[in-house]
Amino acid sequence: MLKLEKRPQPSRLWTYLTPVVAVVITMIAGGALFALLGKNPVEAIGTIFWEPLFGEFAFYYRPQLLVKGAPLILIAIGLSLGFRAGIWNIGAEGQYIIGALTGAGVGLAFYPMEAWFIFPLMVIAGALGGWAWAMIPALLKVRFGTNEILVSLMLVYVAEQLLAKMSLGLLRNPEGHGFPGSRNLQQYESAHNAEVIAGTGMHWGVLAAFLAVILAYVLLNRHILGYHIRLTGEAPRAARFAGVNPARLILFCLGTAGALAGMAGMFEVSGPSGQVSIDFNVGYGFTAIIVAFLGRLHPIGILFAGLLMALTYIGGEIAQSNLGLPAAAIQMFQGMLLFFLLAVDLLTNFRIRIKTAEAA
Amino acid sequence: MDLSSINPALLLASLLVAATPILLAAIGELVVERSGVLNLGVEGMMITGAICGFAVSVETGSPALGFLLAALGGAVLALLFALLTQFALANQVASGLALTLFGLGLSSLMGQGYVGIKPPPTPKLDIPVLSDLPFIGRVVFSHDLMVYFALALVAAVWATLKYTRVGLILRAVGENHDAAHALGYKVVRVRLMAILFGGACAGLGGAYISLVRVPQWTEGMTAGAGWIALALVVFASWKAGRVLLGAWLFGGVTVLQLNLQAAGVAIPVEYLSMSPYLITIVVLVIMSADKSRAPASLGRVFHASS
Repeated sequence: MLKLEKRPQPSRLWTYLTPVVAVVITMIAGGALFALLGKNPVEAIGTIFWEPLFGEFAFYYRPQLLVKGAPLILIAIGLSLGFRAGIWNIGAEGQYIIGALTGAGVGLAFYPMEAWFIFPLMVIAGALGGWAWAMIPALLKVRFGTNEILVSLMLVYVAEQLLAKMSLGLLRNPEGHGFPGSRNLQQYESAHNAEVIAGTGMHWGVLAAFLAVILAYVLLNRHILGYHIRLTGEAPRAARFAGVNPARLILFCLGTAGALAGMAGMFEVSGPSGQVSIDFNVGYGFTAIIVAFLGRLHPIGILFAGLLMALTYIGGEIAQSNLGLPAAAIQMFQGMLLFFLLAVDLLTNFRIRIKTAEAA
Repeated sequence: MDLSSINPALLLASLLVAATPILLAAIGELVVERSGVLNLGVEGMMITGAICGFAVSVETGSPALGFLLAALGGAVLALLFALLTQFALANQVASGLALTLFGLGLSSLMGQGYVGIKPPPTPKLDIPVLSDLPFIGRVVFSHDLMVYFALALVAAVWATLKYTRVGLILRAVGENHDAAHALGYKVVRVRLMAILFGGACAGLGGAYISLVRVPQWTEGMTAGAGWIALALVVFASWKAGRVLLGAWLFGGVTVLQLNLQAAGVAIPVEYLSMSPYLITIVVLVIMSADKSRAPASLGRVFHASS
């Protein structure tokens, strides 16, 4: 009979190994899924994971890796801080939308003036927008003890409606012949989040994501606040005795997550996407949850997990056009990944022992 | 603006219909949470139920069979959650989120051939005298069977929790799983049953949206109903009777804002569409002052060490 035995300490080896094992199992299960859909599983998995990196058109897809990975990493870094402390912000999608709205709003307010300070102002506005949106669940949690999971999620739907209202109303392009959507920021030089090095996909958001990874690493490993975050997550009672202020921690974690998500939204709207439109958000805020867990809530891990998840997005698009694989299959593939990760995670904290019926 | 176009009888009747899906999902989740498990995957189970029910009804022409398979679909998805949290001892919050993300992907994959199709109509109750009563008949006695089933289910859950041995064991497991285990109750088995029940209820609720309330299939059509159901359980302080009250409140808000949209009130449509979510937040804030009601073992991992 199989028996679980709790390890005195989480296994180091398995901490690093579980994401890899989970990815492999997901590839197998995903392959089976694609086979059920009538596609060649080896070809489909190859298209998703190999084609964007080493295929014939890799020169086009590789920069996309950074473009798609940056918002995921940026958001996931913020989320991971809260997740570590047991603060569950799952409304990053909403904070991302609001950041895009405030960022683009500031940029559009200056149109058609050209000045160097417009873009930095937009970044600040985006971060503030996301921060403010995240402050709603944070303050309600601190003041009234309201469940932050439900409030932050409800605010996603509110933000989506706000996005629709803004792209039809206040932010609509006055020269757009009545079509919904704002002016295209790509054509407005001072507000355009252009590539820093042409042809690499390296826009300002990518730099911000790398910076966030480094800062989060320093925060968690070298700063007392990071220590408090880890302590609260691993031993909440001990943290309280040690004098950690839970309210401050909630405000900090949710606020940071919101600001980073807002910045991600702002970089997206002023760069790759270009305009505020009704269908601007594509679920990065939710996928980032998977990224955060897949990266083991560790900044460096999140960096790799974000790039891997970006790969499934890009490879998924290729598989969609080349093999006719439905987009939903990729979404399900990503969901499966989180499932398997959580299941395999058992091995980190428990040892599986084979025990005979009559133990001596 | 023409408020006189809003018919109160019709409003109340559609309130009952609008409340049914969240009522079903919430009563299921209530049982799950009373057993000490927090399943955040309600949205995923609902949408899976929605497409299972829709697809089966369209293929077989029988809404009853659709509802049955929807419950089964929701329960199968819940089983995944149970495997993760009860056997692999994974974090319940993360597992619930995974379930929702997975369910949304699964449903849109399954639903690809079903966009733009009309499902077979679900028969409505038609009692000769009662249904013809002037006001009451329209409001109370002329719905499809699921509306009454949901109400009966709430009553059954309430009575089971309050008066039966099964209910007592379920509550014991939810309040203190170590004590329940020491008394010889099978904590994991009880929770497994509760989780499956919750999944089946969420599946039914989802199918009600796609078969009766809307009725058609679109991706992501549950639009947060599962999350509202979760909020409803908090709102109800984990009491079955109050779930009913809450569901009617939210049903009322939803129906009212739709009616106001149709009547052309000067408030933009988008702001009206936000209102159910905003009101959920407001209600959560009001209710969260009282924390004492939550089952004591809610969300905690149970592992019997030898």
